[in-house]
Amino acid sequence: MTTQTPQKSPLDYFPTEDEYQRLLDKRTRRGTAVRITFLLMLAVAVVGLGILLYTIIDDSFGIVAVVNENEPEDILAAYGYDPTVTVLSDLNKEQLVEVLAGSISSGVGRRLEREQRFFADRLVFESQAKWDEVCASDEPPSGCGGGVRSKADVVALVEERVIAPDIIDASRLTASIFNPQRFKDKVEADFLTNPDRYEDYTFDQVRFQWRAWFSWKFITSPASDKPEIAGVRTAVLGSIWLVAITVLFAVPVGVGAAIYLEEFAKPTRINDFIQTNINNLAGVPSIIYGMLGLAVLVRVLEPITSGSLFGDGAPNGRTILSAGLTLGLLTLPVVIISSQEAIRAVPNSLRQAGMGLGATKWQTVRSQVLPVAIPGILTGTILAVARAIGETAPLILVGAAGFITVSPSGPFSQFTALPIQIFQWTSLPQEEWRHLAAAASLVLLVLLLSLNAVAVLLRNRYSRRLT
Amino acid sequence: MTDTPDATVVTPPTTVPNPGSGAAESGTSSAQGTGVIETENMDVFYGDFKAVADVTMKFAFNEISALIGPSGCGKSTVLRALNRMNDLIPSARVDGEVRYHGANIYDPSVDPVEIRRRIGMVFQKPNPFPKSIYDNIAWGAKINGFKGSKSDMRDLVQGALEQAALWDEVKDKLTESGLSLSGGQQQRLCIARAIATQPDVILMDEPCSALDPIATLRIEELMLELKENYSIIIVTHNMQQAARVSGKTAFFNVELDTTGQRTGYLVEFSPTDELFTSPRMKATEDYITGRFG
Amino acid sequence: MSTERGVHDADMARQLARKPRRFERLIVGSLFIAGAISIAITIGILWELGSESLLFFLDDDVTLGKFFFSTEWSPQAGSFGIWPLILGTMLITVIALLVAIPVGLSAAIYLSEYASPRVRNFLKPVLEILVGIPTVVFGFFALTFMTPLLRSIFGSQVGFFNVLSAGIVVGLLIVPLVSSLAEDAMAAVPDSLRQASYGLGASRLETSLRVVVPAALSGIAAGVVVAMSRAVGETMVVTLASGASPRNFSLADDSLFGYILSPFEGAQTMTGYIAITASGDISYDTIDYNSIFAIGLTLFVITLGLNSLSRRIVKRFRQEYE
Repeated sequence: MTTQTPQKSPLDYFPTEDEYQRLLDKRTRRGTAVRITFLLMLAVAVVGLGILLYTIIDDSFGIVAVVNENEPEDILAAYGYDPTVTVLSDLNKEQLVEVLAGSISSGVGRRLEREQRFFADRLVFESQAKWDEVCASDEPPSGCGGGVRSKADVVALVEERVIAPDIIDASRLTASIFNPQRFKDKVEADFLTNPDRYEDYTFDQVRFQWRAWFSWKFITSPASDKPEIAGVRTAVLGSIWLVAITVLFAVPVGVGAAIYLEEFAKPTRINDFIQTNINNLAGVPSIIYGMLGLAVLVRVLEPITSGSLFGDGAPNGRTILSAGLTLGLLTLPVVIISSQEAIRAVPNSLRQAGMGLGATKWQTVRSQVLPVAIPGILTGTILAVARAIGETAPLILVGAAGFITVSPSGPFSQFTALPIQIFQWTSLPQEEWRHLAAAASLVLLVLLLSLNAVAVLLRNRYSRRLT
Repeated sequence: MTDTPDATVVTPPTTVPNPGSGAAESGTSSAQGTGVIETENMDVFYGDFKAVADVTMKFAFNEISALIGPSGCGKSTVLRALNRMNDLIPSARVDGEVRYHGANIYDPSVDPVEIRRRIGMVFQKPNPFPKSIYDNIAWGAKINGFKGSKSDMRDLVQGALEQAALWDEVKDKLTESGLSLSGGQQQRLCIARAIATQPDVILMDEPCSALDPIATLRIEELMLELKENYSIIIVTHNMQQAARVSGKTAFFNVELDTTGQRTGYLVEFSPTDELFTSPRMKATEDYITGRFG
Repeated sequence: MSTERGVHDADMARQLARKPRRFERLIVGSLFIAGAISIAITIGILWELGSESLLFFLDDDVTLGKFFFSTEWSPQAGSFGIWPLILGTMLITVIALLVAIPVGLSAAIYLSEYASPRVRNFLKPVLEILVGIPTVVFGFFALTFMTPLLRSIFGSQVGFFNVLSAGIVVGLLIVPLVSSLAEDAMAAVPDSLRQASYGLGASRLETSLRVVVPAALSGIAAGVVVAMSRAVGETMVVTLASGASPRNFSLADDSLFGYILSPFEGAQTMTGYIAITASGDISYDTIDYNSIFAIGLTLFVITLGLNSLSRRIVKRFRQEYE
């Protein structure tokens, strides 16, 4: 061999057919391995999302250990009902009010009655003379305005004030389904090892029952310091107010700015600067906007944001208006950028057609460009607003007040919001609050996912129309 | 047929327009020997790039004038300079003069919106608005301050559609989207839309390039009808089309300068049959006989 | 009809003259103001961070030297050295990137080079949902799932508050950001490059890893930098899961890996400090109030720097292909 001609062809440096086949197999195998690795990595993200949702749902339902002050069965039995087939709401309203009256102090009863009366034709806790006197005063309580408590309302009062459940421990959904006994054993063991923990309760008093932390009642009940009756109504209303102000500020300003930048701005220094500036603002962490809100809206503009400039106002600037505007400022760059994209996607031929007919620029933009861009603008805006609803850090800064049970009544109210409520409940150490935080998270997620779904639907309809 | 063989690049502004066109009957201006639109030493720039150089020409009243030439020769650029459509491109700039009824439309005191309302435009690709057929036509009149009643507007829409030879095809579906029409119908809708604003001149930028031969024929017939009332300037890449419809044809060519920039210039602007049968310039002859381009 | 108007040459110049169009000018003016509001926001941020920080540094307890060089942050004791807070932020950012880069890049490569349309249509929405989940919910997740999980894996050396849990969850939070930006970068690589590679007999893996990814590298890098900036500015997860005590340290006395860089213990971050301090009853013009603005200014400078860096990288990347 070696004696043959030393000249080698380039082909000699390449593998033989067999070798090449083996090499190819190796390359294919490596390709498959890496591909599977990619897929596994991707699965991490999917599984992460799955576990997150699972954790929240898992904590939102489950068996709880409850000690009631009065058992509902005893109440029913006292009225001659069979507790095994009837529930509290089978009693009529008179009976329920009677139960209530038998358990609460007359002072509490009078307060409840002044809030809203129980019956239209008679008073339960208050004498007629006193009632007339109170209602004739300068500031009559809300009960004087007429309106009668519904039966459901009275049932809720009985549950809260007469049965007065105290949840001493709670279990998660999956554990409650697959191994409820373990939870019961655990509670019993807690009573044995640590009798002081549950004050003067005994294990015999403990009842195990299912509880949906996430329920319609949870959504409609106001905040409370008792986890048994706490709900998110105050927080949901606060969030709705915030969103309204955010939208009122960010959408007109944002869309206007986008129209200016896309349609009217000539490439001058100031316009370039505005564009760069907007891109930069979009990357500023939300907590910095919170500090802007705190220093400028809450503090410097307090006369305006507290409402004191317009008469009655909040004691300080930590109001819905401040927080809504803070979220508006935060949302603005995102709204501008997504609206710009939507406007840019409108074909130039429409602008030329409009201008070619002798329309002014604004006439063309208003009648021809904007109608085509609006679905895109809407999609981007909804997504931006959805993000604003979930923002927590800036609200902490502008001082979403800690414990608010009164529903907000206007832009100058103090308020709390859903994400703030989740944050506060998550920070508390007791088990019950964690379940409330989960249920509140679920409320927030349902809200956001429906908003996102609307955005996706809009986008799909929009892209279908263009093709 | 013609008596003014000097209608070329160097046409002096005093030249009497081609009497074969409708200009002679159309009144005051033509009597003074001016065209509806005249350009004088017009250069068009995009930034530093000179797209068209030194164009001097005169478009007669109620005549179809065609602009032809190889691609990149700037014929569309010239057309868009005539109603200040180039203003929409931020870097575009025009030197020299473009006169409309004697007024320089690039004078700083002139409102481009006023120009475009009088000099309408039909584009290469049909571009109806994504609105109903009716609104497509009514909108232009509305924004230009149409004062008539609802039924006046309906008459206007019908008239424009009839003039554009589209009425019979769409009279039962005026509320349907303009985009639901076929390509040729869309282009006629765009022509109707332009007519409805009562312009004086209609510029057409390769209006048939996106259409099939039958639709093209319809548009060509339409142009010949419209000539009675409007002055039409059309850019076309199709020499036969220019020969079929236009009274006068301008041939543009492109030259490379030392830096490799391609700048368009006007070679000659003559009565159409003359240009095609006995072109005065060698470049024109080369082009129409297919020797280049 | 053409003769009805405008044919009298003398009149034409007058007829064509500019109209005042006041309404139009008013509209454009208001649109410009809408655009200029963004400048007011920036000025507001700079003014508020700057002026309050100035008050902070004018305080007798604070010196610039100590702020930038001391490794102890305990406002109660009057020591304001920013390093413990930066340490917390850095630890969490690094852990987050260790999670987000492999997961995000794999997702991007898989989605842009491998996935069938059906798989894409399933996976893209999943990533989009991940983007839509509020950070406070991620914080809840960190505290109620991730921390117990880590404690069951690594035992009780893992604190109830620890940077590992917070870092991993922040990583999960920024995965969609990394993957979508990286995917955009890879989609911008011209198809001709892929075809050239296939034409030479390269496999799909070789094409994506040796041709597409290197060609998109600067775009991918820009995405990672943006994600990093996002992790630095993230507040709720770290506030809930990483604890409220700054990890004060002494380079001379503390063990580097046992304590200073330990992932198992809590460490307050810059954002965490701001949030916790502001969530209590904070009075204006106290050193606490002013200090959050000094921290905020530091945070602003860092994130702005990262975002500008990313934009510069993207610009270069664009030039390569245009």
